[in-house]
Amino acid sequence: MDDPTKNDKVALSDQPAPVLAPGHTFATVTDKISSIVLTRPVSNGWLVGFGVCFLLTMMLLFAIGYLFVRGVGIWGVNIPVGWGFAIVNFVWWIGIGHAGTLISAILLLLRQSWRNSINRFAEAMTLFAVAQAGLFPILHLGRPWLFYWLFPYPNTMKYWPQFRSPLVWDVFAVSTYFTISLVFWYIGLIPDLATLRDRAENPAARIIYGMLAMGWRGSARHWSRYETAYLLLAGLATPLVLSVHTVVSFDFAIGIVPGWHTTIFPPYFVAGAIYSGFAMVLMLAIPIRKAYGLEDMITERHLNNSAMVMLATGWIVAYGYAMEAFMNWYSGSPYESYVLWNRLHGPYAFLYYALLFCNLALPQVLWFKKLRTKPIWLFLISFDVLVGMWLERFIIVVVSLHRDFLTSSFGMYYPTRWDWMIYVGTIGLFVACMFLFVRILPMISIFEMRALLPEAEVKAE
Amino acid sequence: MKRATPIYGIMAEFDDPQALVLAARRTYEAGFRRIDTYSPFPIEEAAEAIGFHRNSVPLVVLIGGIIGGLSGYLLQWWISTVSYPVNVGGRPYHSWPAFIPVTFEMTILFAGLSAVLGMLALNGLPMPYHPVFNVPRFAFATKDRFFLIIFSSDPKYSATETREFLESLHPRSISEVPS
Repeated sequence: MDDPTKNDKVALSDQPAPVLAPGHTFATVTDKISSIVLTRPVSNGWLVGFGVCFLLTMMLLFAIGYLFVRGVGIWGVNIPVGWGFAIVNFVWWIGIGHAGTLISAILLLLRQSWRNSINRFAEAMTLFAVAQAGLFPILHLGRPWLFYWLFPYPNTMKYWPQFRSPLVWDVFAVSTYFTISLVFWYIGLIPDLATLRDRAENPAARIIYGMLAMGWRGSARHWSRYETAYLLLAGLATPLVLSVHTVVSFDFAIGIVPGWHTTIFPPYFVAGAIYSGFAMVLMLAIPIRKAYGLEDMITERHLNNSAMVMLATGWIVAYGYAMEAFMNWYSGSPYESYVLWNRLHGPYAFLYYALLFCNLALPQVLWFKKLRTKPIWLFLISFDVLVGMWLERFIIVVVSLHRDFLTSSFGMYYPTRWDWMIYVGTIGLFVACMFLFVRILPMISIFEMRALLPEAEVKAE
Repeated sequence: MKRATPIYGIMAEFDDPQALVLAARRTYEAGFRRIDTYSPFPIEEAAEAIGFHRNSVPLVVLIGGIIGGLSGYLLQWWISTVSYPVNVGGRPYHSWPAFIPVTFEMTILFAGLSAVLGMLALNGLPMPYHPVFNVPRFAFATKDRFFLIIFSSDPKYSATETREFLESLHPRSISEVPS
């Protein structure tokens, strides 16, 4: 009754929720975000969560060690399905990474200021996801210690990579993507590292943050060049992120396997990547804002907007499924038609129906605003989308390969326990990295939050 | 020489960006040219006020991008036609459409790295030590305070008059920056 803001809330309920809750100043946003890193004690929940992920990482290392000893024969891959979990997981992880770049670069260029509170950890998510993705093709090489043969360098074998192969394009696309994501994230961090340097009590922390901040002092000339460089990087990262999943889709589309050889793949892969990426952003943001009390910086507006991006990209993906099915019929090729029949009636049909349920049917509840702003529902739907997008890649890779042209070479693919250990292990490593990240770096961009405040505005004379 | 100018500059502290920009404009109008402002977030108007209108980061990025694109394409052309020609079903060795994706990625890679390294180099970073860090209150420049400095190398600089000028801008505090 005595809370005057209560009535305002009712009156303003039709307005979109604010990007940053009212009442903050330059000092409070600085204190709130930097205290999570500098002064907040380690909680039991963090220790348990990190411990579980650490164990999963150990399982990953064990499985990789065994793989190095025995070779890829420990996986379920064989002829005709030579691209099993490794490629499924590669595409899945790299797709998840795309949302981070979308948020940090494309939404920056579109002047969507709500991105400012989620871009930092979305970029971290991109880096960690691309790192997991990068593991799989290397592990899948058979002789992973020779991975550097993929790069063009002068060598005594007088050999060069084949630049007409999409697999070589992939090496360039993924390594460029990782490098640019890393530097983009790092230069975004520099001013905040300077804040931590100036506020850390612990001398070791001050030295480490100080070295990482490289002597940043916030000079107007520095800021001017910084803003230019940041904007240019965003402009470069935008076509880059679209190109990366396009090149990944070329790995399939340039092959002649029925179910792969289609021109819808590049846009459909990019949309699917953003779809699953936003699902991962929400799955991370929802527990983080709860655990660290960041509801006034990651507000309902962020949840609502992310859910709408998911809904929109989900429909682009739906169009992709429809167009794939249509082309299977319209091509007039019996092999192409068989792809659809096999998806609907073949031995993996239950996965296709699960995919349609996860990616098309269930996310439609996001049309309701009530559910878009309910964290628990969004969390569950995001999980569902991640499962659905993983199934999509499984269907593209495995269901296309297991029955292609010759009936005599039809076969089945069953993942082994080593496939599962490596897949689940990368999830553990990914989440472990996120656990470490929220404790040692500011997970929300402090200087961009300061710039969002009304008092940051300079009125013209 | 260092002994003769022990002072690096005089620094005034302000509470909000509006005050900083007004003070910077008046300092520039008063004829000071070797000045700078420090703020916890980018203020475009502050750079304008101190007379810093253009920077050369875009040029560095353009050059980097051109070098990246050219080297990516020439590398593929040289490998595919000169050093290691592989005949694939009689198709041309110089099959340029296949070289576009890698050329594109190399353009982005070089341009992006030029943006980062160019920005750092032009800013003179990394620079762990800088005289402004000698001012204890400067630690707030990364939190919620805004600073204006007139360097002692400015031709109009004079230890007493410059200080009086800064005082006329009503800052929160004034400190001398030892070099």
